[in-house]
Amino acid sequence: MAHADQKLAIFRGLLKFKSNIQKIWGVLIFLSIVTTIEVVLGIIKPQSLMSMFLGMKILNWIFIILTIVKAYYIAWDFMHIRDEKGSLKGSIVLPLLILIPYLAFILLVEADYIFNVMTAGYVSWNF
Amino acid sequence: MEVTATNPAEETNVWGGGNQPLNASYGKLMMWFFIVSDALTFSGFLVAYGFSRFKNIDSWPIADEVFTHFPFLHGVDAPMYYVALMTFILIFSSVTMVLAVDAGHHMNKAKVTFYMLLTIIGGAVFVGSQAWEWKNFIKGEYGALETRGGQILQFVDGSTGKRVSLADFATKIATERTTHANSNGIWFVDEGTLPTYSVEEIKAGFAANDNLLIRGEKINEEGQKIVLSREASLAKINDAVNVVEGANLIHNEYGNRLFADFFFFITGFHGFHVFSGVVINCIIFFNVIVGTYERRGHYEMVEKVGLYWHFVDLVWVFVFTFFYLV
Repeated sequence: MAHADQKLAIFRGLLKFKSNIQKIWGVLIFLSIVTTIEVVLGIIKPQSLMSMFLGMKILNWIFIILTIVKAYYIAWDFMHIRDEKGSLKGSIVLPLLILIPYLAFILLVEADYIFNVMTAGYVSWNF
Repeated sequence: MEVTATNPAEETNVWGGGNQPLNASYGKLMMWFFIVSDALTFSGFLVAYGFSRFKNIDSWPIADEVFTHFPFLHGVDAPMYYVALMTFILIFSSVTMVLAVDAGHHMNKAKVTFYMLLTIIGGAVFVGSQAWEWKNFIKGEYGALETRGGQILQFVDGSTGKRVSLADFATKIATERTTHANSNGIWFVDEGTLPTYSVEEIKAGFAANDNLLIRGEKINEEGQKIVLSREASLAKINDAVNVVEGANLIHNEYGNRLFADFFFFITGFHGFHVFSGVVINCIIFFNVIVGTYERRGHYEMVEKVGLYWHFVDLVWVFVFTFFYLV
């Protein structure tokens, strides 16, 4: 078990905690702040973030990036990946990191193509 | 224990069993195997949802208009507050789980018991909230008409722009039509529940109220549903063939049917994970109480269910983003 040598710093050493319990509460506070930002943005929907960037609204990009940040801290600090050996870290994270964006990319591009066929093509779908 | 290929004496041990090259026990590695494959399953579902959404990018339902309920606040428009609360509950039960794992490292039985109990309560509250969310979604709020092509027509007040429910304007027309029950014919043929109003009643009520307009599924540049003019509405209502109240796997008053299908499937699959997580947590909780892990000398089982529990939380973070925020 790896609890003898737990790494107690987050944000690349910017924030160091004295004990593991303190680190857990620190991460909870951070996750709560991120969730609050997401909810507030989702409710007020600032007009300045509504412009498109790479086929999606900037606001949606912000939501997705914040989600990945949250996922990182849940996996690294709650699931203790931070304390695992590099080889185990890699075997867990790399397959997901390679396969999921690949799957998302091919399916969303295909969906966008189908959307264009339905709107611009000679297909009646609303009758 | 580090095993290097340069040391021949230890190399013979590599396949002899007993060593842990990844510094994790068999049970923990298997839990990680399961989590990685389950993560791929969930991403398959969420990407399929994204596929349907991008395919119908100009007509997808707006989540803020669908999930507007909050317990004890009837009639108050509260988009997203409730799911945000559910997210906090799940993150918090994740925190009590890590605290239980940490107490297990210190062989502190009382603390492990206490934090496991809190985790179970958090999980149960979350599953209950999910059920309440489903109930509201299934029951529906305003009701709508459905065209032959499966398009949803909703009703708005032309002067205020607010949604109007079917009950507010439908004209009562006496009819002989009753629900066909299987007691009146072949035993395997029945038709479920009839909607409260017939299409004819809605049409008559719509013609009688001059300020009512129809809102279609299409979204304009500002991301709002397009409201038809009165003339276009009167023409459009003739396409309607069904009255839809609430949502199920076949009809959905909020808009595209696929939205309801994916909502039921993905939140249902996640809710099932939470439910099984609560059951497994209960088993571990009772094992802690009777002292199984105390006798075993370590609390690694708590760590293993902890991994599963955090994974469920992790998935919810993504479901929350893609169903409610984006």
